[in-house]
Amino acid sequence: MRLYQKEFQSAFQASVPVMLGYLVLGFSFGLLGVSMGLAWYWPVLMSLLIYAGALQFLALGMIEAKTGFGSLFIASLFVNSRQAFYGLSLLNRFRRMGSLKPYMIFALTDETYALLTTLRPEEGINRRYYAFYLTLLDHLYWVTGTLAGALFGAAVHFDSRGIDFALTALFVVLAIEQYKTYRTWIPFALGAFASVVAIALLPERQVLLGAIVIALAGMFTFRPLLEKGDRDG
Amino acid sequence: MDNPSYLLGALGVLATGNLITRALPFVLFSRRRPPGWVFFIERNFSPVIMTILVLYTLRTIDFSHAPYGAREIAAVAVTALLHLWRGNYLLSIFGGTAFYMIVLRFF
Repeated sequence: MRLYQKEFQSAFQASVPVMLGYLVLGFSFGLLGVSMGLAWYWPVLMSLLIYAGALQFLALGMIEAKTGFGSLFIASLFVNSRQAFYGLSLLNRFRRMGSLKPYMIFALTDETYALLTTLRPEEGINRRYYAFYLTLLDHLYWVTGTLAGALFGAAVHFDSRGIDFALTALFVVLAIEQYKTYRTWIPFALGAFASVVAIALLPERQVLLGAIVIALAGMFTFRPLLEKGDRDG
Repeated sequence: MDNPSYLLGALGVLATGNLITRALPFVLFSRRRPPGWVFFIERNFSPVIMTILVLYTLRTIDFSHAPYGAREIAAVAVTALLHLWRGNYLLSIFGGTAFYMIVLRFF
């Protein structure tokens, strides 16, 4: 049986930037989960089976508030809905993945998507295994970082008040990155308006879903305006 | 917080929901081309949801009492400025969070 060592080495080199990010963010996630009173293995299981940074951080707060399964489900659909669109651009490429395809789809994070769509492996490399190892390594970094953070948090007790601001900071950074791409304030204004209305008028449990529904309605109302921005940008 | 059956259920629901977002295009559009509105949402929904999530995570701020949300607003500003300055997302997230944790203890 071939182990595709060359593919593994090449994928490992390509994955180093993601390793740094995933170890550090995974560590923070494990630490935060334990500091909220979860046993160390819960954050690790979340990283293993959900494997979606922003959703996992968000879910910690919702779990702490004992949010119902229905709201958790809706949140998981919408928070990472952008991922659904990654798949659209990989439909053809993933046809060749064969039996590895289900795992590749499960583990398709922002960073792995970025690596898969921008990197070109050198000549003579089996692309199927190269892509698989790249995806697997990223997943491994995320789980390892989480495990380290959870064990650290369980062993060392410290005052972690305010550490959950990391989630807000993450979304601020992602929003700025979005602005660099879009160069229009309209979607941001729409999101802000929908959030303020939902926070002011809706009960706590329905705020996130409410904001999303209002924003989607707004998007289709102002569709010509948004699509004009698309063409100009 | 440690209620195993609730946590297990939550884990299952979150993992399933997330997997659906990743698998949906492969299930729906492996044979036919997606309709136009799918591409419209694709191009425009990301900045909308990011803005919603920033404000959603800040929803518990009490603007009617001192310090009137000043700590959170300052921490968001620090995060944003760090990011515009260096463009390194780890630095921005850690700088902003460290700033907030310090401010929370002294003000």
